Amino acid sequence: MAQMEDIGMARRGGFWDYLVLGASFILMIAALGLVFLYVPTEETMGVVQRIFYFHVPLAWIGFLAFFVVFLGSVAYLWKRNIAWDNIARSSAEVGIVCITLVLITGPIWAKPVWGAWWTWDARLTASVVLWLTYIAYILVRSLTLEESRGARFASVLGIVGFINVPIVFLAVHLWRTQHPTTLVLKGDLPPTMLSALLVSIAAFTLLYVALLMRSVSLRKLEFEIKRLKELVSD
Amino acid sequence: MEQENPSSWAIRCEGLKKSFGEQHALRGVDLTVARGECLAVFGPNGAGKTTLIKVLCTMSRPSGGGAWIDGLDIRKAPNEIRRKLGVVSHATFLYGNLTPAENLRFYGKMYDVPNLENRIEEVLDQVHLRSRIHDRVSTLSRGMQQRVAIARSIIHNPSIMLMDEPETGLDPHATIMMRDILDSINSGDRTVVVTTHDLGRGLELGDRMAILHKGRVVFEAPKAEIDAGRIHELYDEHTRAVVR
Amino acid sequence: MSFATKASAILWKDVLSELRAREIVTSVLVFGLLVLVVFNFAFDPGSGTMAIVGAGILWVAFTFAGVLSLNRSFAMEKENSCIDGLMLCPVDRQVLYWGKLAGCFTFMFLVEIIITPVFLVLFNQSLWMPRLGLVVLLATVGFAAVGTLFSALAANTKARDIMLPILFLPMIVPVIIAAVEATGIVLDGGTWSDMATWLWIILAFDVIFLAVSALVFEFVLEE
Repeated sequence: MAQMEDIGMARRGGFWDYLVLGASFILMIAALGLVFLYVPTEETMGVVQRIFYFHVPLAWIGFLAFFVVFLGSVAYLWKRNIAWDNIARSSAEVGIVCITLVLITGPIWAKPVWGAWWTWDARLTASVVLWLTYIAYILVRSLTLEESRGARFASVLGIVGFINVPIVFLAVHLWRTQHPTTLVLKGDLPPTMLSALLVSIAAFTLLYVALLMRSVSLRKLEFEIKRLKELVSD
Repeated sequence: MEQENPSSWAIRCEGLKKSFGEQHALRGVDLTVARGECLAVFGPNGAGKTTLIKVLCTMSRPSGGGAWIDGLDIRKAPNEIRRKLGVVSHATFLYGNLTPAENLRFYGKMYDVPNLENRIEEVLDQVHLRSRIHDRVSTLSRGMQQRVAIARSIIHNPSIMLMDEPETGLDPHATIMMRDILDSINSGDRTVVVTTHDLGRGLELGDRMAILHKGRVVFEAPKAEIDAGRIHELYDEHTRAVVR
Repeated sequence: MSFATKASAILWKDVLSELRAREIVTSVLVFGLLVLVVFNFAFDPGSGTMAIVGAGILWVAFTFAGVLSLNRSFAMEKENSCIDGLMLCPVDRQVLYWGKLAGCFTFMFLVEIIITPVFLVLFNQSLWMPRLGLVVLLATVGFAAVGTLFSALAANTKARDIMLPILFLPMIVPVIIAAVEATGIVLDGGTWSDMATWLWIILAFDVIFLAVSALVFEFVLEE
């Protein structure tokens, strides 16, 4: 079996793991506190606007996660070390959950505020395309007969898909300027809102890292178990 | 007595490994085939015969270990190696909607074969296929298709032939024809590796035999050292043992 | 023999095979025309919305027909393991990409050349539309660039026929957007400068994805 050469992702239960998880927990509590207690209610949109503080970080993570998928895919095709594919795969798992939540929280926020569930603006469309790309990434792996081939195919998707997202964004943005709508997020954020948002983003980023590390080390363990099973059954 | 000079071997494998995820097809194959020699490889289903051929012909990347064809590393010089190889397998690699002549013309171009039209006639003669060469391959019988496949494999005059059970799936008449063709290909200074289920036939064809079992070579000897009458017992003996 | 000769040998092989079987041109073409007709009923473009709705219908037809013909391209190579036969040839994997790309493009474009006049007639447009031809040409290059890669990929999965659209369609969203917009402008009688941005987007997509797909193709083929 191909060796999974260690590239240094911390193992479960180790120092870094608890550190990141702990920090993420603390920041998340802080974010929740800020969002629900500290930040004033936005005047035009009302209470529902608070979803914004989750929607934006989730979107950020969703796209960041795919960037990691891209990096992992390139590294895997280059070095053929399955540890890179592991990272990409785990990142995709977290990423797709985030984007799904983005696609759910977006309409929940949009409907009371703008009167419409959905708008095909650049960000939302890019999110949908990203979501579909994640689905394809996961699906291609499970529908390929052989594991390392599946990893390779998924990597190809990770690379092509990642390059596609900014192009989609650009195309839809241009499209939107031809067919303008009134659904535009306007204005600067007052400092209280900005700080709440930043804390939330930090909290979610740390959560992403924690989940990624856990997922990667879990896969490593699975790999190790398989390897040992074979040694025994040989 | 092993010769250390690598250029005397046409094919050399050292600890060759290939895994498909959890399935280990080759677990460390050590093999050498001298130039002009014919090696017959036996082994039960799942022993790794097909995988060995696939790795040697650069179709499959090895998971571990090394292999050299005419001194060239299969990981580093795949295209040069491909030029020297002729491969015959269960699949014919032929385009069903094209005629044998068109198939040969296409592959001839891909292999940079000089004087292509003459060469096409030559190989078709060699496989005794003069009639029906302008009919679509999908309309030909399995035996005829297999013959065209062989013609395809030798069109670029390769010095090394890799054949994976070339006689499987043929009716008795086609089998006889195939034997003649294989014998003619085998002559000369071509190096041949042929995998087969047919122990007797393998013994006829080969200068040396090897038995592959669970991804390893468990037995290897020149024909002279093998008692033809005992070949079946020998085979059973080596393929029953559990490989560690 | 050079790169170009070998790639064109592959193209010719595909063309010859198709001439004998006539699968792509008949079934894909008929399907494309059907989509055109059905979507016309579904959307019923009145004279006001004609340009943009009509453009959409045309590109839906092209997209669906395109997916079918891409599927065929590598399904053909799977029969008799011809793809393995190709990989045994001492050629750069790039040659295989460009050769198959040429084939995919040719068949898609051929189908589109036939469907477009039918569309123009059904929608009472002028038949002389070179600008439309340019849009179709550029967009088809983009389709084929990504499509060839994914066709090879999908051919090696289970459920290969459904896998291709799932993989492929999210990737060509930019091309579809730009092509529909550009087509709408042409049908509306807009100028070159109106179309320019969209054409540039399609062109950029083509260049980027030709490069990326060609580079990544060998990873899809190897075993």
